[in-house]
Amino acid sequence: MNEKQSKLRAKDGLYIAMMIVPLVVAMIIKIVTTPASEGISISGARIFLEIPMPLMPLLITEAQVNSWLIMITILGVCLFLTNGIHENRGDWRQMGAEWLVEKLDGLVGENMEPVFHASYAPFVGAVMSLSVFSSLMSLFGVYPPTSDLNVVGGWAILVFILITKNKLKAGVGYYAKGYLEPIPVMLPMNIISEVATPVSMAFRHFGNVLSGSVISALVAWALAGASAALLGWLPGFLGEFPYLRVGLPAILSAYFDVFSGCIQAFIFSMLTMLYISGAYPGDELEARKARLAQQH
Amino acid sequence: MLELAIGIILGCCALGAGCAMIAGIGPGIGEGNAVAKACEAIGRQPECKGSVTSTMIMGCAIAETTGIYALVVAILLIFVAPNTLVGVLKAALGL
Repeated sequence: MNEKQSKLRAKDGLYIAMMIVPLVVAMIIKIVTTPASEGISISGARIFLEIPMPLMPLLITEAQVNSWLIMITILGVCLFLTNGIHENRGDWRQMGAEWLVEKLDGLVGENMEPVFHASYAPFVGAVMSLSVFSSLMSLFGVYPPTSDLNVVGGWAILVFILITKNKLKAGVGYYAKGYLEPIPVMLPMNIISEVATPVSMAFRHFGNVLSGSVISALVAWALAGASAALLGWLPGFLGEFPYLRVGLPAILSAYFDVFSGCIQAFIFSMLTMLYISGAYPGDELEARKARLAQQH
Repeated sequence: MLELAIGIILGCCALGAGCAMIAGIGPGIGEGNAVAKACEAIGRQPECKGSVTSTMIMGCAIAETTGIYALVVAILLIFVAPNTLVGVLKAALGL
């Protein structure tokens, strides 16, 4: 028993390390790759590596590396919560994991049709946790992957594929007919609204996170100027130190990073559920089944 | 001459960013309406506060979308467009 417990402890240590080390690595990468001359600036993701490919070079950017690190962190959290899980007895970790899974199942159960309950809860949970962790990365001063359009755009395309897959469930003919409704003249409008779904999802998330980081950078820049104007007369290092930048931007960050990031993650997964659920042609499938039953 | 051209580019980018942010009016009115109605609903049925609030935040965030589009366009116009356009101009002049 004792030996088993110590084994569990060692594994727990490994998982806790899996949670924390990626964040530290991300911070170290940020510190190492930012040139010293660069003050507060608003720029896109830094490009670490360019791999030549036949069509166009494959870029390994800061956003990609950070999202890999976040995936490792989330995996560590999941493994830590489910380590030593048992059917009959439960400790706080198991309770926490069960609470999370129950909440997620409840959310999916409320917003999706019954066909999807079992299969889509893990996907929605994965999107939501990835989005929350990515947006909260900016609390550590690291480039949040969600403020890169490519990352969020990738998620939105994934959702778009799932929507189309569910629309195709009642056959290609029925799917194509959907574009000609209510009248055939509406075809271009319908195509535009179809394409607008992933675009608007991606831009909503990206714009919110990006605007937060831009406003934070502008406020930090303005506060540096203000403290130079107010306290610049102090001699030497005392005069150069930006006093107003200590702590004050954190108040804004509570709204822009924590609140906005979590709300956008919730909305992204909510829209994922609603769009996928709305794409499912349940009535048509039911009607078809009824017609088949009548014929036989 | 080149200075004048670059000046026009920079000025028009700033002007365009300002014009783009007029779109902020729409979400402002829309979200104000949503919050007002949510307050009414909570006043009428205080026991529904939780669900009304979460629905309101969801709706507000979706109503915010157009404002966010405008903000993205403005940010692109201020931070990205000047460099790109000046680059295009210099390439066209063969500099």
